[in-house]
Amino acid sequence: MTSRHWEWVFWIAAIAIPLLFPSKLLLINEIAILALFALSLDLLLGYAGIVSLGHAAFFGVGAYAAGLLAKHGLTEPVSGLLLASAAAAVIGFLSSFLVLRGSDLTRLMVTMGVALMLLEVANRFDTITGGADGLQGVTMGPLLGLFRFDLYGRTACAYSLTTLLVLFLVARRIVRSPFGLSLRAIKGNRLRATAVGVPADARLVTVYTIAAAYAGAAGALLAQTTQFVSLDVLDFHRSADVLLVLVLGGSGYLYGGLIGAAIFKLMQDGLAAWTPQYWQFWIGLVLVLIVMIGRERLSAGARRIWARLARQHAGEQPS
Amino acid sequence: MLTILFDGLAYGMILFVLACGLAVTLGLMNFVNLAHGAFAMAGGYITVLLMGRLGVPFLWCLPIAFIATALVGAVLERTLYVHLYSRPHLDHVLFTIGLVFMAVAAIDYFLGAQQQIIRLPQALQGRIEVFGISVGIYRLFVIGVCGALVVILQSILAFTRFGSRLRAAVDDARVARGLGIDVNAIFALTFAVGSGLAGLGGALGAEILGLDPTFPLKFMIYFLIVVTVGGTTSITGPFLASILLGVADVAGKYYMPKLGAFVIYALMVGVLLWRPHGLFTRRGAR
Amino acid sequence: MRRRAVLGAIGSVALALASGGAFAQDTVKVGLILPMTGPFASTGRQIEAAVKLYMAQHGTTVAGKKIELIVKDDTGVADVTKRLAQELVVNDKVAFLAGFGLTPLALATAPIATEAKVPQIIMAAGTSIITERSPFIVRTSFTLPQNTLPIADWAAKNGLKKVVTLVTDFGPGLDAEKTFEELFTKAGGTVPEKLRVPLRNPDFAPFLQRAADAKPDALFVFVPSGAGSAVMKQFAERGLDKAGIKLIGTGDVTDDDILNDMGDVALGAITSHHYSTAHNSPENKAFVEAFRKAAGGMRPNFMAVGGWDGMHLIYQALTKTAGKTDGEALVAAMKGMAWTSPRGPISIDPATREIVQNVYVRKVERVDGQLFNVEFATFEAVKDPAKAAK
Repeated sequence: MTSRHWEWVFWIAAIAIPLLFPSKLLLINEIAILALFALSLDLLLGYAGIVSLGHAAFFGVGAYAAGLLAKHGLTEPVSGLLLASAAAAVIGFLSSFLVLRGSDLTRLMVTMGVALMLLEVANRFDTITGGADGLQGVTMGPLLGLFRFDLYGRTACAYSLTTLLVLFLVARRIVRSPFGLSLRAIKGNRLRATAVGVPADARLVTVYTIAAAYAGAAGALLAQTTQFVSLDVLDFHRSADVLLVLVLGGSGYLYGGLIGAAIFKLMQDGLAAWTPQYWQFWIGLVLVLIVMIGRERLSAGARRIWARLARQHAGEQPS
Repeated sequence: MLTILFDGLAYGMILFVLACGLAVTLGLMNFVNLAHGAFAMAGGYITVLLMGRLGVPFLWCLPIAFIATALVGAVLERTLYVHLYSRPHLDHVLFTIGLVFMAVAAIDYFLGAQQQIIRLPQALQGRIEVFGISVGIYRLFVIGVCGALVVILQSILAFTRFGSRLRAAVDDARVARGLGIDVNAIFALTFAVGSGLAGLGGALGAEILGLDPTFPLKFMIYFLIVVTVGGTTSITGPFLASILLGVADVAGKYYMPKLGAFVIYALMVGVLLWRPHGLFTRRGAR
Repeated sequence: MRRRAVLGAIGSVALALASGGAFAQDTVKVGLILPMTGPFASTGRQIEAAVKLYMAQHGTTVAGKKIELIVKDDTGVADVTKRLAQELVVNDKVAFLAGFGLTPLALATAPIATEAKVPQIIMAAGTSIITERSPFIVRTSFTLPQNTLPIADWAAKNGLKKVVTLVTDFGPGLDAEKTFEELFTKAGGTVPEKLRVPLRNPDFAPFLQRAADAKPDALFVFVPSGAGSAVMKQFAERGLDKAGIKLIGTGDVTDDDILNDMGDVALGAITSHHYSTAHNSPENKAFVEAFRKAAGGMRPNFMAVGGWDGMHLIYQALTKTAGKTDGEALVAAMKGMAWTSPRGPISIDPATREIVQNVYVRKVERVDGQLFNVEFATFEAVKDPAKAAK
């Protein structure tokens, strides 16, 4: 079976699973949102080599933007999603200048600082954001004017999965374009990339903005499908979780975030149902074991598929 | 005003004792140990248990907390951490976050999720006037202990053979190895001492910072700030960064209570943009 | 832990079988959503223990139906609470949603209760507006205005003129602050400074320093369950007690769960609250003893009693509807219900679905070597003043 087939299998499964497990739609919705969020981080980490411990900043901006739009009259989901994503992109563009330079550790801390500052700001302006009580009174209109967001999560799940698929295809297009290749060049060796005429700073600003827009879309999906926004969307653990998810699935081949999100959420959900008080222990143990056994070994299979896939596309070098 | 400065100083001192082990680990082995806070928590809980269940006096608990966590640190270093040094940073993050989750849940399981309270000896409670400023006796005690520790650590680094080997290893581990310095052994010892210091900091800080199972997650951010702002090439860098952070945090919350922790995050981002490798990094070093 | 895990696995398999099978008609499921991990885990533990104790004492069969409890951990995060509630309603077909450790968690779930027509029993959260967010919400805990009223009254009548307030910056805290200021200034007092501490990662030292610098007669405090000891310690360490500043507040700050560990600093604190472990009644003595035995020596606090009464409400409502689980009928059955709880006589206000209860003014004293909130004055059958004003 060739890699192209694998991709088909993956997406057919993604569409079939909600149909087969109609009782898990809400969980699948959350997985899709987390997957999109991890995909956005993959664009940064896997392709441009920028580490971030503050990616929740854009997730949160998107969520609040979508929530506030819906609260103040714009209840149409798709336009809300686009506007929220644009809002996150603006913040992403502005903060991208902070991460152009510095070591990994500096970048981790700066991105984290930005996210935490936004959290404090959101808490401070509680008349707008609802502060620690959360944004109340978000009601969404029906999707495309036809499908109401129901209690069972049917609309929510279909909406999130579709958004994920569309944005995934766009992301794939981006990373295979000359722009995407130039990012890999910068990641590989910034000095050399600059020497052959790649405007490194401009490229990094662009990809950071795109990733922010993606994260904003994920945040907007969460706000719209749960019809609720709390300060938690900006919290540190959100940034840390998404990084864990991406590392779990493996970065640099786009599917990592998606696979990681599914594994992480299923594990969390299963363990929390099992032992509501101490599930954290088992998650911790799994993480430790994964590292001890070797993450590389575990995700090697997935990577091999990707490598084959990359080779298939004529004219492209597997990096 | 001066009271605020004093409180900030005490707070910063504790942060330093908690975080200096992390700075050394990061500088020496380039290992991102997010589980550092778990050692601090262990120290705090050891103190609580010793005092509460066995009636050990508080002052005796401090050295015990130091030694016990240092031993735990040494064991973990030899059995688990040692396999991971050559791995990428992201593996370190995954592994140590996993350890933190396990520690949090384990403490919760055995001792419950509530805030633990340390009852200080009578002599350390209350306030006194020093040069016209009213200060808490316990905070004064903390500043004394931590100040002494700083002096001891600094003199070990500056004047002993071990210190010079350690400095050499931090500056360039590869060359140090080439010169016949056993970097791994130095590291194991430093890791144990760093963990022990975290444990001591946890014991000292339980009174001021509070102690519950989420401690390692809550203060992880602060430790990281201390380390990045202070740089990892010396003891003085993290020390000054801790003091700065402590004072800024306390003063920020006093004068601008609405903005909460915004002040310290802004300060950190500002410093890192101005000096990406930390405020107090020596020139020529990493 | 391993044995627990195995039991848990068996339990969840059994649950999976039961949820799909023909038993569905004969079981009534209660979804209990609580913060079992994270900073507010102690709330979850207290409520879970009380609910399980109630079920152990009163059996699991009500009106011919078997009661099945499903406990979920929301980690204190609102969107998780909402999803869990949604899943419990859709997949497990629960007849009741219960728990809700913090105000945001209860508010986030309100739309689910309304849409699914499932009664939502608030066992912990204390902001006044919660019950107005859905006609299916019934509360067995308390409201902050309810608990603030007596202490504001007491403060004004006992010669306190100048009181600084210190509250946690979220719904209940703002409720407490507003109620206290209104009542206290109406009675002739002044509130020179109102301090708000963030909900997450609070550090009380700078705020208490501000309070000390304002030199008030007393400091009024509201913090969520569990955070009281930190306030108490800093209060003494800042020398506020030596400066003659009284500590008053709602009973959350002298939470029974951790009061005894606070030590002498807590002595003399005056609070008003709806429940004290030391409440003197035969019902309470039996409750405290059984709870301690079941929960490994833990003292029941006001969270536990909220859970206990919530379960009582569920049992009684089911009895009244003869086992029918129609949400509207259940809520109708709950309205106006009255009984004697360990905390004293309580009832559900038929108009607002809000609890009506005695609120006691208490002082922390040492009894038989342990610290307790000893009640010395009673305000009988207090309705939520925030709703009464409307």
